[in-house]
Amino acid sequence: MANENEQMWQELGIDLKPHGALMTALGPMFQEIYLSQPNRPAGMGFYDFVVGDIHGIRVKELREHAKNGGKVVATYCVFVPEELVWAAGGIPVGLCAGTQFSIPMAETVLPRNTCALIKSSFGFKLGRVCPYVQASHLIVGETTCDGKKKMFEILNEYQPVYVMEVPNKKTEKSRQLWLEEVKAFKAVIEKLTGNKITAENLKQAIATVNARRQALQRLYNLRKTSPVPISGKDALLVTQVSFYDDVKRNTQMINTLCDELDKRVAAGEGVAPADAPRILVSGSPMAIPNWKLHHIIESLGAVVVCEESCTGTRLFSELVKPSPATLDSQIKAIADRYMNIHCACFTPNEDRLDDIVRLAGEYKADGVIHYNLQFCHTYATEAVRVEKRLEKEGIPLLRIETDYSDEDAGQLKSRIEAFLEMVKH
Amino acid sequence: MIYAGLDVGSRTIKLVTLDTAVRDAVVIPAGVNPLRRCQELLAGKNYAGLVLTGYGRHLVAPAAGGEVVSEIKAFAVGARYLYPGCRDVIDIGGQDCKVIQLSEKGEVQKFEMNDRCAAGTGKFLEIMAQTLEVPISEIGALALSASGVIHINSLCTVFAESEVVSLIAKGEEISTIALALHEAIATRIETMVRRVGIKGEIIFAGGGAYNRCLVKLLEQKMEQKLIVPESPQTVGALGAALLAKSGKIRN
Repeated sequence: MANENEQMWQELGIDLKPHGALMTALGPMFQEIYLSQPNRPAGMGFYDFVVGDIHGIRVKELREHAKNGGKVVATYCVFVPEELVWAAGGIPVGLCAGTQFSIPMAETVLPRNTCALIKSSFGFKLGRVCPYVQASHLIVGETTCDGKKKMFEILNEYQPVYVMEVPNKKTEKSRQLWLEEVKAFKAVIEKLTGNKITAENLKQAIATVNARRQALQRLYNLRKTSPVPISGKDALLVTQVSFYDDVKRNTQMINTLCDELDKRVAAGEGVAPADAPRILVSGSPMAIPNWKLHHIIESLGAVVVCEESCTGTRLFSELVKPSPATLDSQIKAIADRYMNIHCACFTPNEDRLDDIVRLAGEYKADGVIHYNLQFCHTYATEAVRVEKRLEKEGIPLLRIETDYSDEDAGQLKSRIEAFLEMVKH
Repeated sequence: MIYAGLDVGSRTIKLVTLDTAVRDAVVIPAGVNPLRRCQELLAGKNYAGLVLTGYGRHLVAPAAGGEVVSEIKAFAVGARYLYPGCRDVIDIGGQDCKVIQLSEKGEVQKFEMNDRCAAGTGKFLEIMAQTLEVPISEIGALALSASGVIHINSLCTVFAESEVVSLIAKGEEISTIALALHEAIATRIETMVRRVGIKGEIIFAGGGAYNRCLVKLLEQKMEQKLIVPESPQTVGALGAALLAKSGKIRN
């Protein structure tokens, strides 16, 4: 299989030497962070397998799809309406990258003072170490942050990029603009795939993606119990894999995992003692394999019970609402659904503050850790308002700004340990 | 029954032992093998309880067999023992700086700590002292002797060092440069203090508190006297020893 993979990577134009180094580094890291956890649900076996063959079997599926004339659409944000891609017979894959490995590659072009997620993702293309980007036919960007917006212009020199305009306010005019953007995206996807999006195939796609959202909701609801039946790291991995695995298979896997967790909850069985501090993590997304913060928190005896982030509740908490079976009303329902994501790119963004307070209550969090990637100005600045609001609500908060490197691990450990001592009191 | 607190810092290791009162307080350099230094320090000793804190706490704890506590908690407990009324603690250590606010009862209420960089830490001053070719123990006095005032714009150790080099090349007095470096650190600490908020008496602990210039500049900025413990470096180890005695550590 190794040889078969290598041949595939070669055909995709992967730079094999650095790619080999990346793959070699991932194994021991996954072992240390994931496989060493005690008492993991058996249902995580699927996700371990997926990570173990992270650039293998799924890429092969995408290639098969392409050989049969199918298209692969790469995205970097939860705002890109994946229903339209599935409806037209395409496959969407999330490309956000979470490793320090590709950052030096990106820094040969991008300014250093750019967020790690942007640099890591761009470095994957520049260094030709990501088979997903190589296998995709179109990259779809958006305007949720200035760094990405400008990075897409440069990325476009390497591979075609289409950019959707996400508005910055939630006024009627903004909603109208977004609806037009969704319609334009529909036309782009139809042209790319050569397939018409119809009321029928879109209805199917909406149901399919909603089913995954409901499965993730089910998983997160199980994390509200005490003792918590699954670690934050494992739940985060499920969410991360949802960005690129087949939507139907993944839905099934999440539900199978949840069946197992139901039994754990009924038996009062958990992965951490019932009195372990429960932490809500809120802020910037954590793209695979960025497990840094969760790993530190959970190594110190606490448990992450929820992520208010794009690799968390923002991915699935809203469903596309049922609508009359006309194409126009379906598209409108899709546009409305995505405008309900409470991203820090919006002003004002009071809804996110409400979300954090509500989630902290629902998940019985002892404290909130606000996490933002360095140079992510929207989340970093919004943290000021999060802090004020949580202080008013009497919810302890720790603000962390970091990136993908390990150089601040010691300081993070000290700060988080002190925070846990504080909330436990 | 002797209890011990071991503060494994990035530059120094501190050991405090106590029963009804403090028995001993030792400070030794951490060196390149802090684990071995700690093992030598603890060899043959048998304490009724041991609590470790500091940057190397997780490295040393498995071998030494003690429990761990964050420096923040350790400094809070130590400072409160020495000065029961204090509400804020500033700690400038070798690799980090922190400001801790305590509740009336002495619990940690809020804290700020530097993230990755050496700005505002002892390491910053140490590197600058080297560049200015003065011992670290004398850089404070040198700065206090300055007659002129200039500003160092950079707080980053790397950039500040090149700024210092160019100031030296311009013929600037080294005492004036030293003062500007202290001013840069004090400004950084002041920002952290303002974020946390001043509630009352402020304790200044950590090796940085030996520096008289830093004490003076911070007092000017806070507009109040700072309390510097007799042995500012061992406040964290003292807190750890007190926690060992009280048995109030989680797990």
